[in-house]
Amino acid sequence: MSDAAVHALDHHEPVTSTGIPNKKVLMWAFLGSDCMFFGTLISTHLIYRKISATVGGNTLDVRDIFDIELTSFSTFILLASSLFMALAVSAIHKGNLKSTRWMLLGTIVFGSIFLACQVYEFTHFVHGKENKNGDLEHQLTLSAYAGKTLEDGKDAELKPHVFGSTFYVLTGTHGTHVAIGVFWLLGWFVYSFTGRMSTAHAIDIECCGLYWHFVDIVWIIIFPVVYLMEYAF
Amino acid sequence: MAIESIKYASPETESKLETKAFPRPGQHASGIVDWLTTIDHKKIGLMYGLAALFFLIVGGIEALLIRSQLWSHNMEVLTNRQYNQMFTMHGTTMVFLVIMPLSAAFFNFFMPLQIGARDVAFPRMNTLSLWCFIAGGIILNLSWFFTGGSPAIGWFGYAPLTDPRFTEVIGDMGPDFWIFSLQILGIASLLASFNFITTIINMRAPGMTMMRLPVFTWMTLVVSFLLILALPAIAIALAELMFDRSYGTNFFDFLEGGKPHLWQHLFWIFGHPEVYILILPAMGIVSEVIPVFSRKPLFGYGLVVFSGALIGFMGFAVWSHHMFTTGMGVVATSAFSILTMLIAIPTGVKIFNWIGTMWGGRIRFDTPMLFALGFITMFMIGGFTGIMHSSVPIDAQHQDTYFVVAHFHYVLIGGALFGLFCGFYFWLPKITGRMMNEKLGKFVFTLMFLGFNLTFFPMHYLGMIGQPRRTHSYNEGHGFEAWNQIATVGSFILGIGVFIGVVQFIHSFYSKKLKPAGKNPWDARSLEWTLSSPVKDYNFARTPIIKARDQAWENNHGEKDNHSEKQPLDDHGVHMPDRSWCPLVTAFGLFVMAIGLLFHQSIDASGELARDYTIAIAGGVIFVVGVIMWAIEGPRGYHLFPKENEE
Repeated sequence: MSDAAVHALDHHEPVTSTGIPNKKVLMWAFLGSDCMFFGTLISTHLIYRKISATVGGNTLDVRDIFDIELTSFSTFILLASSLFMALAVSAIHKGNLKSTRWMLLGTIVFGSIFLACQVYEFTHFVHGKENKNGDLEHQLTLSAYAGKTLEDGKDAELKPHVFGSTFYVLTGTHGTHVAIGVFWLLGWFVYSFTGRMSTAHAIDIECCGLYWHFVDIVWIIIFPVVYLMEYAF
Repeated sequence: MAIESIKYASPETESKLETKAFPRPGQHASGIVDWLTTIDHKKIGLMYGLAALFFLIVGGIEALLIRSQLWSHNMEVLTNRQYNQMFTMHGTTMVFLVIMPLSAAFFNFFMPLQIGARDVAFPRMNTLSLWCFIAGGIILNLSWFFTGGSPAIGWFGYAPLTDPRFTEVIGDMGPDFWIFSLQILGIASLLASFNFITTIINMRAPGMTMMRLPVFTWMTLVVSFLLILALPAIAIALAELMFDRSYGTNFFDFLEGGKPHLWQHLFWIFGHPEVYILILPAMGIVSEVIPVFSRKPLFGYGLVVFSGALIGFMGFAVWSHHMFTTGMGVVATSAFSILTMLIAIPTGVKIFNWIGTMWGGRIRFDTPMLFALGFITMFMIGGFTGIMHSSVPIDAQHQDTYFVVAHFHYVLIGGALFGLFCGFYFWLPKITGRMMNEKLGKFVFTLMFLGFNLTFFPMHYLGMIGQPRRTHSYNEGHGFEAWNQIATVGSFILGIGVFIGVVQFIHSFYSKKLKPAGKNPWDARSLEWTLSSPVKDYNFARTPIIKARDQAWENNHGEKDNHSEKQPLDDHGVHMPDRSWCPLVTAFGLFVMAIGLLFHQSIDASGELARDYTIAIAGGVIFVVGVIMWAIEGPRGYHLFPKENEE
């Protein structure tokens, strides 16, 4: 560790009772709280998933809406981004600034790809799918769902539904978390060019890492519970 | 040594740790700038306390209006809707803007002193918490001035009362103000709790093990955990409700597949831990006060601490007892009934420990002790009626009657508020450096105790003979009048008592005539009483090395081995972080964002719904700028050099 870093540690990281840096304790406390945020959202979704399947005589088969290949791909991308994040944390601990910078960029890029997939997905769900005749069907909005095109060729009517509400708010909240993470990492990426970054910032990058892995783990729960389960039960 | 003494001789030498990035109030800021930019936990605690006392008066006036309306049958002091608004605002104000912030005020001021810390772990975040609380309080009370006036949905905001289609006033904005204010108050509580948890876990003085922490600090820790785990439930419920009201989602819309029942669950998953969030700080205060005025150590310290933690833990598993009459089914109802009965055990343990502490002690009946005794007795009555409610058949009879009103006021006034007033009378001498008038204090206690019991004891009976709560008026011939009149008279006595108390608190900050308190006027036991009153900016000139649980007591009366030591003065001086504008800017950004979202909808000329996010985005920009400046400016700071003999 360079002298400058030791000096910086001296001032920014006072000795703590547990030996764990304050920022890390804060981060863990926040993540504990965030678990409850997502826990509430996921339970809301699970409670409504089946109960409201046929509201207004409008049976919703979510498989008609989902694009499971795309979501599997974006899931893979998000998981992969965690590898970059872990490498960035390891690099800053070793004092390898250059490697830290590029690993941060890797995380940012993969996070952004995930977000792009989600934006694409949301847009298409709201817009609906084209059937053979070029008509739109299976639209899912925040408040309503339109099923298959009717046999006489008329567009299916949008009818009130709860699935869109729980689905968009849950996955949207997760997407917001990813977006915040991307901006946070972007901040550190930019900072790495100022020449001030040192191993003293390892704790900051580590906190980013904790957050990023957490958001990743939440997706590991959301993907099977919200997406895959629809194909099983 | 000579060099050192030269250094200490110049008490306030400023030393910049980093270069200045932004204009920032320096070490010598004073007046309004000091209060707006302070990051000192003591000043933050004071502002929390003063704002909460202000809201206590506001909420109290609302309560007196309710009581005036119920003076006799078919009164018209308030209209139907005004009455609904009053009990909604009274409940919301008292819970979120009075009891919680008063507890936060004591947490802020005394927890760092009790563990021997310089400040909380994240001082600027602490300031942000304060300004978020103020912003939330303002937003809630702004509702009076806009369409529909303040919310008329009860503090619980049950669906479908919050559904725009079922309100009496078209375009009613009350519930929206309620949603955004609670959301911002939630942020304030979360930030404070993260901070307190980190501080207690990580910033204890050497030797201050977890099992030497004062019980009040323990309760701070338990309450902070309760807050960070319970608030998310209501934050999400409120967000879902906001989407329902503004974007047409169907979370709680029963006409379109939503379940109003789910709102009740989400609300009470937060709401029941909230009950313990309100009462545990008071229990912590009382656990500090009773040993001092009994001149005995707390009986069964470990049991009291673990009972507190157990109450907090079990508090998460009893929420559905608020919903026994919603038809959850036999199994769920029985399970929650049993758990509710079980939670009485740790509560009872605490009460017996307090009694055990007093047993054989040399009790002094100073004002703090009177409030502590008031707390125990009144809280017990509230607790007993609580156990009655855990029985499902009885609860079905009591549901929505004045019996329930009596129950939770015994817990929240006789419990929480008495505990907090006890804290004021106990700790204000440490804050102001002056003793308060004992006679006036005892007079306040007498008024409050009498007024409180006159108001709420008759409500037990009123509830049993069937007076419904949350109901604007009652007809002649039920025999409700006499008891209601006693209650109304009592409420005014209680109101006068509280008001005199508040005036006495404020007065003690200014009055030069009051006698100086000195370091330890009560011969109290915990670490804050080893410091001078009022406490110096830097708290501890030299970090204490803790040797025993009741360190101040041990220092004065204990064996030599148990006396605390002091680390030598650091030749760096005491590091003080710089004041900052960023928390205020960030909180202002949130405030503007909330206002922007509240008013983003309008009906344009063609009768279509138009959305305009300009103000909300502006608020977002202010918020982001605040956060970025915050990150760039860093903690920085200056050093103070206390003299060798200063505490």
